[in-house]
Amino acid sequence: MGTVVVDVMPKPEILDPQGKAVASALPRLGFSEFTGVRQGKRFELTVDGDVTAEVLEAAHRAAMTLLSNPIIEDVVAVTAETGCACGEGGCC
Amino acid sequence: MRLRRGRLLLMGARVGVITFPGSLDDRDALRAVRLAGAEPVSLWHADADLHGVDAVILPGGFSYGDYLRAGAISRFARVMEPLIDAAKGGLPVLGICNGFQILCESHLLPGAMIKNDHRTFICRDQVLAVENTSTAWTSAFTAGQRITIPLKNQDGQYVADERTLDGLEAEGRVVFRYQDWNPNGSRRDIAGVTNAAGNVVGLMPHPEHASELGFGPDTAKGPRAGVDGLGFFTSVLHTLVA
Repeated sequence: MGTVVVDVMPKPEILDPQGKAVASALPRLGFSEFTGVRQGKRFELTVDGDVTAEVLEAAHRAAMTLLSNPIIEDVVAVTAETGCACGEGGCC
Repeated sequence: MRLRRGRLLLMGARVGVITFPGSLDDRDALRAVRLAGAEPVSLWHADADLHGVDAVILPGGFSYGDYLRAGAISRFARVMEPLIDAAKGGLPVLGICNGFQILCESHLLPGAMIKNDHRTFICRDQVLAVENTSTAWTSAFTAGQRITIPLKNQDGQYVADERTLDGLEAEGRVVFRYQDWNPNGSRRDIAGVTNAAGNVVGLMPHPEHASELGFGPDTAKGPRAGVDGLGFFTSVLHTLVA
């Protein structure tokens, strides 16, 4: 089983209200070193077989059409992740 | 066109309202259509065609729970394919709130909606100025007219890049602008826009909730007496028989 990870972020010029809310909560917990937070989305697309070039290409198209809105978001990465069959991290 | 006009005058205009999974205001929109004197037609998100309606309303709500982005999944509903074709061909289409978000996701209208700048849900009676009265949905108003209709949303902040905004302003495509107060951080106080042809209009506030005496915003005439929203629905009737 293979996985394609798609990372989507709000465009730099777009105000990110969720990131701002998180940023304002951090100092209350004592995290004073962070000057800003931007919150994006991570999608994990799984396929039965390996992540082939065709699968990656399809993931790119899915990322541009449905997973992101080009007016407000950027697809920052579409990467193949070689999965571990047991589904638990660290065993293989 | 003569035949079409004759049919409309004889049988009344048929205005469809699409129900998506999670639509909330489809019934109020159907009711407003009837109050304006047209025949309301319920359309379903999985429909393969538009049942021959003369105009379509995409109602408010939280289709697909606003998952992914507001309107993003509904934009790919089966009914959207014939709707997008028809809209490009001149069919009058009105998107209210979630419907506006769907029209933006479909790229029938420019821009996009993100979370309100204050990050909270808002529900209030909102004053708007009608700046463009030549669209299919605003001919019943006078230019600059101030109307009051309810606004209720979480993802209502209208954004677009500066070039797009300048283009909209230059072409007179900002149809509604928030007055007195910007309730969500929308760029340039924009509450609603139209496409270049003027047949597709989208806005965040809800005209269908201000279309019947006793159920609208409070006015000087009395509590819940506001019916400023009815003009949207009478406008499209005039457009259809013109």
